Amino acid sequence: MDSDTITAISTPLGEGGIGIVRLSGKDAFSIVKKVFKTKNKELKSHKLIYGKIVNPEDEKIVDEVLVSFMSAPHTYTRENIVEINCHGGIVPLRKILELCLKQGARMAERGEFTQRAFLNGRIDLTQAEAVMDIIRAKTDAGREIAVSQIEGKLYDKIKDIKEKIVGLLALVEVNLDFPEEDIEEVTVEKIKKSTKEIVAEIEEILETADDGIIFREGLKTTIIGKPNVGKSSLLNALLKEQRAIVTEIPGTTRDILEEVISIRGVPLRVIDTAGIRKTKDVVEKIGVERAEKAVRESDLVLFIVDAKVGIEEEDRTIMEMLKNKKSIFIINKIDLVDSEKVEEIIKKIDERPVIKASFKYGSGLKKLEESILNLVFKGEITPAESILINNSRQKGSLEKAKKNISEALQGIEEEIPLDLITIDLRRGWECLGEITGEALEEGILNKIFSEFCIGK
Amino acid sequence: MNYLAGEYDVIVVGAGHAGCEAALASARLGCKTMMITISLEHIALMPCNPAIGGPAKSNLVREIDALGGEMAKNIDRSFIQIKMLNTKKGPAVRALRAQADKTSYHLKMKRVIENTENLDVRQGIVEEVLKKEGKVRGVITDTGAKYFAQAVVITSGTYLRSKVLIGLNSVSSGPQGQMPANKLSENIEELGFKIFRFETTTPPRISKKYVDFNKMKIQPESKGKMQFSFFDRIDPYPEKQIPCWLTHTTEKTHDVIKKNLEKSLLISEEIKGAGPRYCPSIEDKVIRFPEKKKHQIFLEPEGWDAQEMYVQGLYTSMPEDVQWAMLKTIPGLENLKIIRPGYAIQYDCIDATQLNLTMEARHLEGIYFAGQVNGSSGYEEAAAQGIVAGINAALKIKGKESFILKRSDAYIGVLIDDLVTKGTREPYRMLTSRSEYRLLLRQDNADLRLTEKGYQAGLVQEDNYKKFAQKKEEIENGKKFLGSITVNPNKENLEKLEELGTAPVKSPTTLAQLLKRPEINHEDLKVFNYEIINYDREIIEQVQIQIKYEGYINKQLEQIEKFNKMENRKMPANINYLEIKGLSSEAREKLTNIKPHSLGQASRISGISPADISVLMIYLEQLRRKEKMK
Repeated sequence: MDSDTITAISTPLGEGGIGIVRLSGKDAFSIVKKVFKTKNKELKSHKLIYGKIVNPEDEKIVDEVLVSFMSAPHTYTRENIVEINCHGGIVPLRKILELCLKQGARMAERGEFTQRAFLNGRIDLTQAEAVMDIIRAKTDAGREIAVSQIEGKLYDKIKDIKEKIVGLLALVEVNLDFPEEDIEEVTVEKIKKSTKEIVAEIEEILETADDGIIFREGLKTTIIGKPNVGKSSLLNALLKEQRAIVTEIPGTTRDILEEVISIRGVPLRVIDTAGIRKTKDVVEKIGVERAEKAVRESDLVLFIVDAKVGIEEEDRTIMEMLKNKKSIFIINKIDLVDSEKVEEIIKKIDERPVIKASFKYGSGLKKLEESILNLVFKGEITPAESILINNSRQKGSLEKAKKNISEALQGIEEEIPLDLITIDLRRGWECLGEITGEALEEGILNKIFSEFCIGK
Repeated sequence: MNYLAGEYDVIVVGAGHAGCEAALASARLGCKTMMITISLEHIALMPCNPAIGGPAKSNLVREIDALGGEMAKNIDRSFIQIKMLNTKKGPAVRALRAQADKTSYHLKMKRVIENTENLDVRQGIVEEVLKKEGKVRGVITDTGAKYFAQAVVITSGTYLRSKVLIGLNSVSSGPQGQMPANKLSENIEELGFKIFRFETTTPPRISKKYVDFNKMKIQPESKGKMQFSFFDRIDPYPEKQIPCWLTHTTEKTHDVIKKNLEKSLLISEEIKGAGPRYCPSIEDKVIRFPEKKKHQIFLEPEGWDAQEMYVQGLYTSMPEDVQWAMLKTIPGLENLKIIRPGYAIQYDCIDATQLNLTMEARHLEGIYFAGQVNGSSGYEEAAAQGIVAGINAALKIKGKESFILKRSDAYIGVLIDDLVTKGTREPYRMLTSRSEYRLLLRQDNADLRLTEKGYQAGLVQEDNYKKFAQKKEEIENGKKFLGSITVNPNKENLEKLEELGTAPVKSPTTLAQLLKRPEINHEDLKVFNYEIINYDREIIEQVQIQIKYEGYINKQLEQIEKFNKMENRKMPANINYLEIKGLSSEAREKLTNIKPHSLGQASRISGISPADISVLMIYLEQLRRKEKMK
């Protein structure tokens, strides 16, 4: 039996209270042990164990979890199974899934747990046909995904990189298979240069893949401004429910509040900061530092000033912090001043979208929403579950491709013979091929025969 | 009138490179065998280039040798030059190639065949394969001789309905003015085989007397003694070898070609068969790569004392006068004389996807096909199929399990799997890039990979097997030895390492670990007072490759492990694919036609998706459990 380790989120995606990431296969235990920290010394089979999922790369805690290790054969698939019970919601589930993929698990095909259960004799014969139906359905679903991707930028880019690898391989292979031909000789420099470019391009895609993930996880958005300019009011207006405490006393919001809201289907993780304000109050100072950190880590900043107060020194400090950040400038409380005063404020700020608003009366909110969508997504994205699953797999494949091509590069630098380098290049290509589903060998030969004049 | 002329276990039709290996394998395995050929003067003929080996092809030759075949030994007996190619590249693509004395190659093979026990040879043209009760029963020749046999191996090369084209002339003829086999071609079609039309082109042969070698670059042999066979040492080893020569076409050559394009049937008319992309005619090259101002031309002698020289690179079917005009524009050939003109040959071959991996037809028991008739090209590719067909024909008659090499075992496995599973629409040549596991399928370790298998099949002789076992042991000892000697980081050793231009060691390090460094080779290790105890070059080579490239070798072994999981899931022959729920209709049709023997093979058929494979896995498991319940 093919017993590589598969993983998937096995609870419905959405805002459930608890989510489960499941793994099955011979390395399920060892993969999870790399990311699971617990005080329990013994990991008893079929028992829930409390601990934390920690990213081994930066030692950051991802989530508090309950994990059950279940040894084969008394499991659903008759293989080793691990189930990680974490907080429901897209963020922790995704992160944990990605960590497992990074540690060597493979994204499960739809119905694959059930397929394994059957193949390993766990499920009754009469259920076999149901399993076949699931697989059939999977290809249909796959086709839908493929269609949407063909139009997608990501797909084109991957195709591009694959062609580059094929071109590189063809150049190497033609030199290996036709040694006495009068053809362009492949030099280490040339191969090194192309391989570096390929690695860089995969990295670039992985970065854009991260953008996609930000989008699906929720865009990190920070609301910032001096005390009492209306930060919590904005959050409440967006949430349309009273959660943050809104008062007239500056400095009430001591801690950072985080809420997930949806703007026309696009999730935003909005962080309300304590006001940035010169202060000697120790408690509040911590809040200010956190706010600065929050700004640093955000994808988008909503900066609010009070129309009545205008721009002060503290606001300039904030504007300084916002250089090179995607941000939207909001002038709140315009109902309290005349329009000349507002225009005066606008003159004092550099280029960025400006929204005139009065949260108290709900004005400017629609414009703000549009502005957010325009600024970040050009207003054209519709998130869907299928893309999410598929994208995790793509990311895993891209990571593997990057690893293989990087190994090729390392080999080239160590002056390993090129016929060995092709092993890594080919493996890299195959990882990308997993995304688009093509065969390599014909591609190389066609390239060789069409581009090189051979035939000694 | 027919008459019964004899009865055999196996009849091999054709005496080219496939035919010779098939007949020898069958006879050596104890089957009463007859090889029948159109011309006894053309046994093991090399109608095209006078060379054996090269990238991927040398791997085939040495694999044939490891299995107990003849090609390697025969070229060792008859080469005039031998060369290691790709020496500056890695171990996976190093390749041995020999220039043959064509006459000697033919004669020596003829002698071996004539003197092999259980093997009869006769001249004649087979016109019909006899069939009885859905099985092959024998053959009939043009002179009415009827021979019965349990198995017939067709190795008809390019002779089926062959046509030779020079310029605008097209005549029904085999290679080098021989008789074509027209009736057999019709008969094969009647037996239910799908026929393709392929073509290939050969260059003119010119007279050595009139060549000015001063205008050419000499192409000498490699230094050191080399040979193809793992087993029999060449004795005496030739004291002198004969060089080849390098020259090139000129713009004038290309002008001549361009002016005369309408005089070539192949270019001007739509009568093209499928030609090989890796071996285009000079006409094709000039049309397709107009920016190239010259193309390389190698002159290769056809024998020790032969006047004929093969003009490698000038494949053409232009009229003779144009060939003459073309050749004259090539530096060194200003005064040349043509001995034989170049020509194109078109021939029938079968759709090899109708065969099993044993080379036996799926729909007709007892008939095997090997060589160019399966759409391959090259002497080595033909011989490789020949030996497998011969072994399987014999094993089947003896009631033994069939002999199949996997893609992970040998280039022979890749070759046959490609032909039989994927099929080919152009003459198929073996290339190293066709093999997924080429670092493991090296020419230098073909014996380590295959001698055991050849021995199990019964073709490797006892004494050769013993030699092999000893070699294997010595390699293991050599590896252990290098792993057991430690270099300590003392002053003396650090100096030695510096001299070798390699980084110092920080803790005791074995010689094996040092050898893994790219800049260190086996010779360098001598400075650590390490004696290369009586190991010969071949052993050292293996030890070095196995240690040095261990990381990459392990990567490939990992790939093979995955591959084997799929290969080991066998598909019963009697599956009715039309009944399997969940398969796509394309998959149903292809699987029904090809009848893969394993899930792995099924996955390589074009048009079979991973989902189809999942469905098949479940189906197989269903079958297994149903069997168990019974």
